Amino acid sequence: MIPSLIDLGAILPELVIVGAACLLLVLDPITPTSKKDLLAWMSLGALLVCVVLTIGDLHHRVLAFSDLVVIDPYAAFWKLLLYLISGLTILLSMTYLKEEKIDLAEYYGFILLSLAGMMIMVSGADLLTIYLGIELMSIALYIMAGFKRFEAKSIESSAKYFILGSFSSGILLYGISLLYGVSGSTKLTDIAQAVNARGFDDPLVLIATMLLIVGFGFKVSAVPFHMWTPDVYQGAPTSVTAFMAVASKAASFAAFLRVLLEGFGGVKPNWQGLILLICLVTIVLGNLVAIVQTNLKRMLAYSSIAHAGYALIGVVVAGSVDNGDPIASRGVSSIMLYLAIYSFMTMGAFAIIGILRRGGLEGEELDDFTGLAKRHKGAAFLMMVFMVSLAGIPPTAGFMGKFYLFMAAVNAGMAWLAIIGLIFAAISAFYYLRVVMVMYMREPSATQEHDTRLAFSPTTSVVLACALAGVVFLGIFPGPLVSVTTSAVLALP
Amino acid sequence: MDSLIFFYFAGIILVTATLVVALRNPIYSALSLLVMFFHVAGLYVTLHAEFLAAIQIIVYAGAILVLYLFVVMLLNVKREERIHRQSLVAVLLGATLLTEAALLVFQSKGPVFPDATSSGSAGEVTGNTESIGQVLYSTYLFPFEVASLILLVAMVGAVILSKKGLLDQKS
Repeated sequence: MIPSLIDLGAILPELVIVGAACLLLVLDPITPTSKKDLLAWMSLGALLVCVVLTIGDLHHRVLAFSDLVVIDPYAAFWKLLLYLISGLTILLSMTYLKEEKIDLAEYYGFILLSLAGMMIMVSGADLLTIYLGIELMSIALYIMAGFKRFEAKSIESSAKYFILGSFSSGILLYGISLLYGVSGSTKLTDIAQAVNARGFDDPLVLIATMLLIVGFGFKVSAVPFHMWTPDVYQGAPTSVTAFMAVASKAASFAAFLRVLLEGFGGVKPNWQGLILLICLVTIVLGNLVAIVQTNLKRMLAYSSIAHAGYALIGVVVAGSVDNGDPIASRGVSSIMLYLAIYSFMTMGAFAIIGILRRGGLEGEELDDFTGLAKRHKGAAFLMMVFMVSLAGIPPTAGFMGKFYLFMAAVNAGMAWLAIIGLIFAAISAFYYLRVVMVMYMREPSATQEHDTRLAFSPTTSVVLACALAGVVFLGIFPGPLVSVTTSAVLALP
Repeated sequence: MDSLIFFYFAGIILVTATLVVALRNPIYSALSLLVMFFHVAGLYVTLHAEFLAAIQIIVYAGAILVLYLFVVMLLNVKREERIHRQSLVAVLLGATLLTEAALLVFQSKGPVFPDATSSGSAGEVTGNTESIGQVLYSTYLFPFEVASLILLVAMVGAVILSKKGLLDQKS
């Protein structure tokens, strides 16, 4: 049981990330201010090394550290996605932090440590490991949300996130402790055995499942555990919001799916109905409340809630059949595809908000986008592409993501769920296209013409180009990504 | 008998935990939290986890709670809710505890903690502390190290969020 070098080799990517983060924290004080960018490039280099290391994991499955950690294609897929998101966030932040005058190199350290937490989450085969991964990710995010500490909104965002996040962690832990009582172990495989032996509708298992769903529901911001999302997303620095909205959501979904399907795969009636309910209210509420938002960051927060709702359709699909059924794998792979596509478009939208400056502030109000097409053609066009994709209109990637999810629902015999999703996707087009309308159809006022500018830089262009390429390419040729997600799907026992 | 003891501890934990949030004076809240920690430690003792019980008291009651109290007192909560004259009681209690500690130190002959083998949870040959240490550094090494990373993040974060002069140019 004593860990060996083989165990260490299995978690090499995690070690590289943590090592880079620690090195960054140490190097920061001795780096001259003019060369701080080097630290950001160093973290990007670490990410690149990890990409190379992780690609090899796409084809085999290894258990390490007394089966507490699992390195499988499923984890490798999510890790690769998380590297991409973190890389884009770092590139975006290099300009954004300077604009906001919060360019501390520790920021990149926190991104890397948060990423390490997410990597631990997605490859945790044990609830204790997954929980600690969640905490590592969240605590780094709480701090990053409060990075603009001279601004009340940012502090409020950080404090709210911290208090509600700790509360949800408490609920999650309570569920885990009950499961430990049931199975005498925190390993997902042992829990699956104990839960199967107890069978469906055992009260203790039922309560534990509910508590876990509440805990994870908070992390993926599903209604009714979404209350924190708008305030936190609005107050946090935009680059951090992008990171939270995309990376933490993807990692939480990955861990959530693994826990539900590996741990509770035998008692699906216990949770499938509950998830269905959460999925429906999330889609409905997220989309309806987004309509009345005038702050773009807030609107995107509600949109991210709605997108979590769509992704939950995949969980419902996977929960409606036995684990062995191909439909279950289809549900899981459609979530992987959806969240990968969601990452590109959301990242792009937040990048535009981050670089659009009005005076010393960022242009986050819908008003700031009035007549943007007249002033900054390129930015307006990019924003239009991202909005159209978020609305799920072909030929963008957003359409493909929704298409595969809804098809999975139809295949599982839940066409009505797909129809509800479709109706609300149409409703969502209203608020996404309103942004486009404001940009292209309205005349900017004289002050707006004068005040706003774009903080373009080579690094932000790379972010935007990546997001655009993802949205357009995956919209036309989703094939490669689809085949990756189907081959890397969670191996269901 | 066992269940009686359990329900005693569990009941007190519930009551004091409720009091923590129900009491208006933050000092009283902190003190009922202290009582709760002691009873949680008591629960550990009934489960033959003496090491955990000791750690619970040293870390939670000793370190974390004192920190809470410091913060509460430094933040200067409403004046009328401060502690009343208690110096006499404090001196008496302090003196009693001091003599007790002195007696324990100078008069104890055997080990203060129960014999390692007597605690043997689930037929383990090694003692409580040893078995926890062994599990922590072998089977659960990975989560243990992740926990240390969490502490690192929290520490650096506290500095970033509170250090003067880091981002002063704008405030």
